[in-house]
Amino acid sequence: MSAKRNYGSLYAAPQGLWLLLFFAAPLVIIVAYSFMEKGLYGGVEPRLSLDAYRALANPSLLLVAFRTLLVSLVATVLTLIVALPCGYSIARSGNQSLRLFLVIVPFWTNFLVRIYAWIAILGNEGFLNDALRALGVVADPVQFLYNQWAVVLVLVYMYLPYAILPLFSTIDKFDFTLLEAARDLGATKLEALRLVLLPNIKGGLVTAILFTFIPIFGAYAVPLLVGGKDSYMLGNIIADQVTKTRNWPLAAAISMTVTVLTGLAALVFLFRSRKPAPQSVEEPAAPLGVAGTSAVPSGGAR
Amino acid sequence: MKGSDVAVSALRKSFGNFEALKDVSLEIKKGEFFSLLGPSGCGKTTLLRVIAGFEDPDSGSVTIDGREVSGLPPDKRHCNTVFQNYALFPHLTVFENVAFPLRIKKVPSRLIKDQVRRHLALVQLEGHADKKPSQLSGGQKQRVAIARALINEPSVLLLDEPLSALDAKLRQHMLLELDAIHDQVGITFIYVTHDQSEALSVSDRIAIMDGGRVLQVGSPQQIYENPKSEFVARFIGDTNLFTGPVVERQGPIARVEAAGYGSLLVEANGEAPVGARVTVAVRPEKLRIAGSPPAANPEMNVFRGVVEEPVYSGFQTKYLVRSVPGAAGQAPGSSLVVFRQHAQWSEGVPDIRWKDEVYLSWSARDAVVVETDAPGHAAAVDRPAGTAAAEAGAAVRGGEPPDPEGRAR
Ligand SMILES: Nc1ncnc2c1ncn2[C@@H]1O[C@H](COP(=O)(O)OP(=O)(O)OP(=O)(O)O)[C@@H](O)[C@H]1O
Ligand SMILES: [Mg+2]
Repeated sequence: MSAKRNYGSLYAAPQGLWLLLFFAAPLVIIVAYSFMEKGLYGGVEPRLSLDAYRALANPSLLLVAFRTLLVSLVATVLTLIVALPCGYSIARSGNQSLRLFLVIVPFWTNFLVRIYAWIAILGNEGFLNDALRALGVVADPVQFLYNQWAVVLVLVYMYLPYAILPLFSTIDKFDFTLLEAARDLGATKLEALRLVLLPNIKGGLVTAILFTFIPIFGAYAVPLLVGGKDSYMLGNIIADQVTKTRNWPLAAAISMTVTVLTGLAALVFLFRSRKPAPQSVEEPAAPLGVAGTSAVPSGGAR
Repeated sequence: MKGSDVAVSALRKSFGNFEALKDVSLEIKKGEFFSLLGPSGCGKTTLLRVIAGFEDPDSGSVTIDGREVSGLPPDKRHCNTVFQNYALFPHLTVFENVAFPLRIKKVPSRLIKDQVRRHLALVQLEGHADKKPSQLSGGQKQRVAIARALINEPSVLLLDEPLSALDAKLRQHMLLELDAIHDQVGITFIYVTHDQSEALSVSDRIAIMDGGRVLQVGSPQQIYENPKSEFVARFIGDTNLFTGPVVERQGPIARVEAAGYGSLLVEANGEAPVGARVTVAVRPEKLRIAGSPPAANPEMNVFRGVVEEPVYSGFQTKYLVRSVPGAAGQAPGSSLVVFRQHAQWSEGVPDIRWKDEVYLSWSARDAVVVETDAPGHAAAVDRPAGTAAAEAGAAVRGGEPPDPEGRAR
């Protein structure tokens, strides 16, 4: 009926095409592969099979999955612990642009080059060991690399900017007189940050967590280069299935499982953090505005 | 009295090279409603923040009940602040906002519920406990801020222009409520404002500040009727100012040779010896305006002029009267502002209109010497009509006639 037609969807066509080609199509291929039989020299045989999914129940695979989850959690928490004060101080500083610029500078260097830089720092003949020996702290080089902690350290380094940027942008919008108000009302510095700053920058925290946890969960290069055999993560297993063991359906099945699980987890996480903080327990059947039946705050909510 | 007395002495505070407070000393009594009044940027907020503990003074001391508090963090001082922008916590409900200080103190939930309800009742917000701040009107936010600041039972409440974000009607209403709350809780209120009518109507005492200094402290009546400087006289209400040397003294009455206005009489209590240059102020409502010369009276001053700008505002009319040529001693440009109350409605009587020739008269007793020996203020004598008109507008917007009686407390 309307005289003017809405061409909005037409303008979005390039984006749709892009998504179709580079997101939907590969996803469909992976789903398809995960339900096929493995070929003898890689590839797949076009026959329906659930072998790949049955193989998921392998204890060594489950161990790696568990380790991946643990490393991702630890690295995400550490990243946040570093990123929060960084974002806060950038937001409150006078020269925000310069500091933000410094946060982004590492992106100018290739990802792999930065990992090798860490090897140059932490290796047995690396800068750190040289310095420690020169200072006489240790006699023999300390083995920093090729363990779980090296993986966590480098992961934290890699994904720090992804946490700092969203945190900065929400903290920058935060009204700092609220902190003064909290101090004025009796809160210590820490209580003010915990009870007033944190709940008000929840959006930034959620983004920071998603931006770090999800890529870390799929990490491949970092554990490969600075981790040992016992720091293998799911990304490495998948790569091995493709390039070494040549079990493409299993690689596809692991990928699908990871994608579906992280996707679900992210959705649940986003959905829960949208809802108001569980700070007051509503009294059932308390008509609003009737004096004496206002919300009863639960004592232990904080 | 539950409140505390607050004293600041020789307080200085600089931001970089800029001195925001220059040697400020004040003594505020227990339970007093004390206002800090001054133009924008004069350091009111800075002074309040020093008292609250948000800024450390460069030198000087702040004592509450005789106890030195400089150096104590804000959470260790028995004063609470109502912030200009309310500073309500957006993530908490009204109830939780008000409960916040008690939660910090780990008061048991049951007591919290009780106290919060009492304080919400105090500010008439019983029905809004479950709302978030974003769902409240400006006046309601203001009330939440007040309830939250009072729940800790502070002995001093600091209010930084708490009504400035409200419209004029609501401001009047909230001001009276604030006054009622003050009477009810009985603690010391330190109230920052740049609105003179607010300060005059509710304060026990007012400190007038300018440029980081306190110029005068006194009751609203003292400040209004007996300003001690030209700045104060001009800042509070409308005023007519004259400057000139004292040429004669007869008891309390001094004769001043006012530039542009001729010889004027003023009651001066010893502070104006013959030969001193003085600035004299007369409030516009002290002047009588009439179409004929007043009866001869040795203490009366008379000014003859033409009505230039009658500004009618219901309860009164404000006239700017400019000198007519030929009147003794009057310079052609000089002018006076006068208020005429409309005590009775008089339709038939010919009113005073634009271009009418009129006589202004006032008693020597209604004029006050605001400055003695003040050189360099000669420019104050002749105020351009534009300024006077602008101030007329301001007085009308202020909403209230100047209240010479103040409020008996
Ligand atoms: N943190 C700061 N850094 C630099 N200068 C400041 C700072 N805080 C205040 N000032 C300056 O100190 C002076 C006094 O400021 P203050 O906020 O006390 O004024 P005010 O009397 O409250 O004014 P207003 O009525 O506009 O609120 C102003 O000139 C202001 O620019
Ligand atoms: Mg201010």
